[in-house]
Amino acid sequence: MAEENRAEQMLRLQQAIAEHAHEKGAVMVLLQAAQSIFGHVPQDVQQMIADATGASLSEVYGVATFYAQFSLEPGGEHEIGVCLGTACYVKGSQKLLDKLSELLAVAPGKTTADAKFTLKATRCLGACGLAPVLMVDDEVYGRLVPEDVPGILAKYLGQ
Amino acid sequence: MDLFRAHVLVCGGTGCSSSGSGELIARFESKIAENRLEKEVKVVRTGCFGLCEAGPVVIVYPEGTFYSRVKPEDVDEIVQEHLVKGRQVQRLVYTDKTAQGQSMSLDEIGFYQQQKRIALRNCGVIDPENIDEYIAFDGYKALAKVLTEMSREAVIDTIKRSGLRGRGGGGFPTGTKWEFTAKAPGDEKYVCCNADEGDPGAFMDRSILEGDPHAVVEAMAIAGYAVGASQGYVYVRAEYPIAVKRLQIAIAQAEAYGLLGDNILGTPFGFRLAVRLGAGAFVCGEETALMASIEGRRGEPRPRPPFPAIKGLFEKPTLLNNVETYANVCQIILNGADWYAAMGTEKSKGTKVFALGGKITNTGLVEIPMGTPLRQVIYDIGGGIPGGKQFKAVQTGGPSGGCIPMKYLDIPIEYDSLIAIGSMMGSGGMIVMDEDNCMVDIARFFLDFTVDESCGKCTPCRIGTRRMLEILQRITEGKGQDGDIEKLERLAQNIKATALCGLGQTAPNPVLSTLKYFRHEYEAHIYERRCPAGHCQALLNYTITDKCRGCTMCAKSCPVGAISGVVKELHAIDQDKCIKCGACMEKCRFNAIIKK
Ligand SMILES: Cc1cc2nc3c(=O)[nH]c(=O)nc-3n(C[C@H](O)[C@H](O)[C@H](O)COP(=O)(O)O)c2cc1C
Ligand code: FES
Repeated sequence: MAEENRAEQMLRLQQAIAEHAHEKGAVMVLLQAAQSIFGHVPQDVQQMIADATGASLSEVYGVATFYAQFSLEPGGEHEIGVCLGTACYVKGSQKLLDKLSELLAVAPGKTTADAKFTLKATRCLGACGLAPVLMVDDEVYGRLVPEDVPGILAKYLGQ
Repeated sequence: MDLFRAHVLVCGGTGCSSSGSGELIARFESKIAENRLEKEVKVVRTGCFGLCEAGPVVIVYPEGTFYSRVKPEDVDEIVQEHLVKGRQVQRLVYTDKTAQGQSMSLDEIGFYQQQKRIALRNCGVIDPENIDEYIAFDGYKALAKVLTEMSREAVIDTIKRSGLRGRGGGGFPTGTKWEFTAKAPGDEKYVCCNADEGDPGAFMDRSILEGDPHAVVEAMAIAGYAVGASQGYVYVRAEYPIAVKRLQIAIAQAEAYGLLGDNILGTPFGFRLAVRLGAGAFVCGEETALMASIEGRRGEPRPRPPFPAIKGLFEKPTLLNNVETYANVCQIILNGADWYAAMGTEKSKGTKVFALGGKITNTGLVEIPMGTPLRQVIYDIGGGIPGGKQFKAVQTGGPSGGCIPMKYLDIPIEYDSLIAIGSMMGSGGMIVMDEDNCMVDIARFFLDFTVDESCGKCTPCRIGTRRMLEILQRITEGKGQDGDIEKLERLAQNIKATALCGLGQTAPNPVLSTLKYFRHEYEAHIYERRCPAGHCQALLNYTITDKCRGCTMCAKSCPVGAISGVVKELHAIDQDKCIKCGACMEKCRFNAIIKK
């Protein structure tokens, strides 16, 4: 991504810091802001949050690594999350994950070599009525069988 | 308010939104405008109707016609036929799978008939983003009653007498908890709402926040008054963006109406609410971990006592209740403790919401009086097991609960009866499993979950659950050893006795309950190298039946040369060489290869 983009992102982080740094429990709030702005939480950003809240860098790092939502590394262009909640699991979502893993040649939790997709196993998405479910970015696909997987991938490869 | 001749209710819950209900709303609005009906027909985006199986769901009032699995291209027909000409579109009307023939309206559908909706009363009925609709359905009346007519003690007494118990899993008497917090010394106190909903397969808290957020806001203000708190926090899972948004809208609207803030309804009482997001850690559903997380720290639990009622958030006395617990409060205040206590059983009063999922016909949310037998929920309301399969077990209580076999289907659902048979109520997930589900694998699945979610603070949980998982893994891989079952039992007892928080203490339950009721499945895996459900890949054997014509396709496709045979004669698979990749089965044109 371009450099001016990064400057813009920094500006948005500065705004979030100005708004929330004084609140109780600000470290979490700011890490969440950073995750949504940058898509991950790089070290210089952790340092900024530490400076702004008076926490140490190790505390911020400790929080960032505790929660599954924060990642320290940038992800792929699209994030695929296969629900491995109970309702989806008993309806065979593991097979969806295996199929994706095979087609993308990437292990769950990792990003493809071309940085196109990050494959993840997620917790219940709250759409259990549609089980088994997977999510690509914000789009939810439900009532799936492994044979549906190539068609879904094709949608994102086309662009 | 304007009067409309008809209302089109479109479910905007997560399930239906995922299957495209947003597009339906836009389409309805444009078609209604095209037909110049915008002054006569109103489109409302509601919360979850509960019957997610049939989604996206559209209900047209005043008839109450229930349309299921509606596609955008169906909208034109509904508008043209139903709204313009007054004729129902039969093709799209929901067919009740539990009764014969078609059902016309909500009240006639078996799925709803046997329910009693208190916590879910407004879900699917009102527009959750419109405070006026909530108020029109008696909203904020309970808060007004409490602030103007009731003392703090009277509020607590009402909740106590209602018999309401915590719906977050523990089942602690809610009124007693309010009383402890009210009596705790200190003038700064907090009220929190647990909307972390960690049980994978339960989504009632999400549906309540999405469908009726004001009910939680109002109840928290009432709780604040009762315990003497002026600040509340709702801790919501980050995976629930729609719930977060609706909750934020509800809070802003309540502030604008003077129902949150200083001097609510002209009284000296003031109360504010803030939303805090989780970040994907199951253990944060545990109360002390949740508070650590709101404080911006790692969500690690700490030993209790001191209980949060004495020393909670920011070291101050804190009341924490679950979303569904709060969703009952306003109705109890308005209708009285006796009304509520008249429902349910002796020790479990009122109703409970369950999320039906897994191998069941009607997946979705149901709210039933406590004491309803499991069989009625699964067969009469849930419509039984699809595909003519056999019921095997129902899992309740999520990763802390257990699997209940057929023989207990007639027990009434209540806190204590479920604990007595080795499971628990939990937050209300109810996952049905059929003959194709392997119970050893299900136990492995839950242990995999707890190992992943263990925060690592205490050793029994961090290391003990991992050892259990390793044993389960090798059993499902066909490498189980004599003595593994006993090892699992010993580990389970030790972890239960010594883990720091509820996560570790209950983690062995899925293993213990499956060992108790499905021990033969473990034994078949270990001693016979066989998975009775035909699920565990490593234990399946591919064999060639006499349907084989000897075309040699299978032998050619086998990557390890495990198949031998002469052209036009029956082939055979060498089980020692076979890697169970299934390539032969895919290639066979005569369905001669089976896996067992
Ligand atoms: C590991 C663990 C996870 C929990 N997860 C939740 C949860 O997701 N939602 C919830 O309301 N309670 C959860 N609880 C229970 C809470 O600690 C607490 O008892 C409950 O929120 C209190 O509210 P209630 O009395 O209204 O049920 C969890 C407990 C443990 C030990
Ligand atoms: S278990 Fe997959 S959405 Fe709930």
